[in-house]
Amino acid sequence: MIDIPAIREQFPVLHQEVNGHPLVYFDNAATTQKPQRVIDALLHYYRFDNSNIHRGVHTLADRATDGFEQTRELAAKFINAAEKEEVIFTKGTTEGINLVAHSFGRSMLHPGDEVIISAMEHHSNIVPWQMICEERGALLKVIPVTENGELILEEYARQLGPKTKMVALVHVSNTLGTVNPVRKITEMAHQAGAKVLIDAAQSVGHLPVDVQEIDCDFLVFSAHKIYGPTGVGVLYGKRAELEALPPYQGGGSMIRDVRFEKTTYNDIPYKFEAGTPTIGEVIAFKPAIEFINELGKPAIHSHEDELFRQAREGLQSIPGVRLVGQAAEASGIVSFLLEKTHLFDTGMLLDARGIAIRTGHHCTQPLMERFGIEGTCRASFAVYNTKEEVDYFLESVEKIATR
Amino acid sequence: MKPAINEIQDEIIEEFSLLENDMESTIFYIMEMGGKLPPLDEKYKVEENIVKGCQSKVWLVSSFEDGKVIFKADSNTDITKGLISLLIRVWNERTPEEILHSELYFVERIGMRKVIGSQRSNGFSSMIKQMKLYALAFQNIQHHGRE
Ligand SMILES: Cc1ncc(COP(=O)(O)O)c(C=O)c1O
Repeated sequence: MIDIPAIREQFPVLHQEVNGHPLVYFDNAATTQKPQRVIDALLHYYRFDNSNIHRGVHTLADRATDGFEQTRELAAKFINAAEKEEVIFTKGTTEGINLVAHSFGRSMLHPGDEVIISAMEHHSNIVPWQMICEERGALLKVIPVTENGELILEEYARQLGPKTKMVALVHVSNTLGTVNPVRKITEMAHQAGAKVLIDAAQSVGHLPVDVQEIDCDFLVFSAHKIYGPTGVGVLYGKRAELEALPPYQGGGSMIRDVRFEKTTYNDIPYKFEAGTPTIGEVIAFKPAIEFINELGKPAIHSHEDELFRQAREGLQSIPGVRLVGQAAEASGIVSFLLEKTHLFDTGMLLDARGIAIRTGHHCTQPLMERFGIEGTCRASFAVYNTKEEVDYFLESVEKIATR
Repeated sequence: MKPAINEIQDEIIEEFSLLENDMESTIFYIMEMGGKLPPLDEKYKVEENIVKGCQSKVWLVSSFEDGKVIFKADSNTDITKGLISLLIRVWNERTPEEILHSELYFVERIGMRKVIGSQRSNGFSSMIKQMKLYALAFQNIQHHGRE
């Protein structure tokens, strides 16, 4: 059992009133709040250690570099990467996907090749592939989704073939909460000779994620969705895959030798880390991972899952409320609509009661089109949320739905 | 006699003051006012009548009768419908001059920006602008005739 009040104590932002009500923060899929230790680490860095990394011999440069690399090491362990060099820092999930789409696409995609994504992808796992497919003359295929919000794997099996070069898929849908069977999907892709990228933005803070077990070639996530700072993301890639890819951006750090005749590139991970990164934020990401590790994902998941079930069942029993997505395997996110109240109005009325949810298409417009809706109201949970907050949320939704 | 624009604005300020800054009651009140807006014929709910710059869909149409501007509107969300109904309440059946020379001080006085947030505030400003543009167009027609 985890001590929720003690956890809440660590998150200063939670202790405030919004519109005269205690803040209930259910917009965790967009970004989570930060524990004091993350805020402290960021302040500490700028107060005591600020320096550019990797190129200095002085003490501050050494401290900054050390802190930066320690986060890399911990991030590698966090997803059970085989080596820390397989972790590349990006500015977020979006940049990680763009990096792979660009570098992989330009070197491995040829006219007539195929890339498979799904109908429940975030725009950041759609648009980069559309762009590179168009550029390379490749074809983008989309795994369809059932009414419940699950992938149709039979269709995926039919789409896979010798022309498939990449399967890029979300682990947990940020709109529906659906947990996709990434291990099986990866295995199927590999059998067809394709590489696999997993978008773990919504899973890595909530569910066990082991890149060696999934066996994916690439995996991406953002620090800000798992209690860390904004501006930091991780791109994991198997060593062989990363070494085979050409660099993404050119600049400082990513080179070994620059000559006007020919420049040689640095080894991974530096080959993909051109320019000065968000050093302080990367350093402050470490305590965020430590926070998760201390609680343990099983405990985090079991608490969040209880809230999720309470919310889903509660919403289902309110007349005039419709759930969007009811996958058998789902986690931490519920989408719903009220029959008589537009989603924007619902969001504002909940905000008037201090409850923060998200309304809209959640950057998944094709999925909304699939369901024939403009968007949804989405509540998403983190470890600091409580059963009482879900009660209050359900009571508030009921009040709006039955007005 | 129809009360003056400012009398209506003062009425609105008075009504909102009764809600004592309670956000929820305020929003419910705005939605309720939207509910009183006469329905807009479906044929007007087309792209060209949509007010640009609103997150929600707002259809606004106007006509000019006996020197007065008549506004009709609807929206896909109840709050936005309530918002435009406030503007219609103030500006409906006024001469173009009355509309163009009026100052909408009630918006600030009822703390609209705080109630609806900055995104919707931008939308609200777009509605005001669009209504003024209609008034201006009718004023031109009045002065220069239809050409
Ligand atoms: C599933 C998924 N993929 C990608 C992203 C994009 O993440 P970021 O904006 O941090 O790059 C998000 C976040 O909104 C997400 O939920």
